[in-house]
Amino acid sequence: MEDKIKKVSIIISKGSLIDVYPGLIMANGARMEGIEANLFFTFFGMDAIIKKRMAKIKVATVGNPGMHMASLIGILPGMSAMATAMMLKTMDKLGFPPVPEYIEMIADAGGKLYACKATVDMFKLKKEDFCPQVESIITVGGFYEMAAGGQIIFT
Amino acid sequence: MPQKQIGNATIDVDADGFMTNLSQWTRDIAAALAKEEGIGELTAAHWKVLEYIQKEFKENGAVPTIRRINKTGLVSTKELYDLFPGGPAKKAEKIAGLAKPVGCV
Repeated sequence: MEDKIKKVSIIISKGSLIDVYPGLIMANGARMEGIEANLFFTFFGMDAIIKKRMAKIKVATVGNPGMHMASLIGILPGMSAMATAMMLKTMDKLGFPPVPEYIEMIADAGGKLYACKATVDMFKLKKEDFCPQVESIITVGGFYEMAAGGQIIFT
Repeated sequence: MPQKQIGNATIDVDADGFMTNLSQWTRDIAAALAKEEGIGELTAAHWKVLEYIQKEFKENGAVPTIRRINKTGLVSTKELYDLFPGGPAKKAEKIAGLAKPVGCV
């Protein structure tokens, strides 16, 4: 019990719903345990904090063996939307909020959210493109400084 | 089953110190548990939360999540973390004499 985790810095690097949720669940769960939590969004994971995209994150139905569905079926129009709707419904029943509400909840819980500078430059984004919960745009060096003394989790 | 002495009262607790018999709970016990958890004196705002989660537990057999508490408008998520620093759900439930939370949210 003496070796309790005090701080986690979680990187969310992929942009499907299945990729985004685990990082959010872990960050919020950390705050629930009194653990300091930082979230660093990079590459397509950044969709979770982009105002225009955060409510539209989808389940990928192609190239995901965990779906137990042939990719050929996954490419049909509407499959991803249907899988997304089903998943969001199930998550809601279990008490997990949709992405925008989750982001707000984590920020209210004291979790800190950051956007990756390299990705911001690559996609030509501006601070105004992000939801207000995002503290700042930081470099990878800034991330390591912020993560110092804690655990880093890459998702 | 482990027991714990609080003032003149003896309470049944689990391995993590959560009460296992709500009928043994009193406001004095809650105040003592709050001190142990580093919350300090319980204010009216604390009691509002504690009474709500006890009521929910008695009515539904389950304690409300932080999200649910926020949605009722009772206290916001921010306020809840301020009232019970270092893990609001766990600490509030412990002080309210309820079991350790089992959910992931």
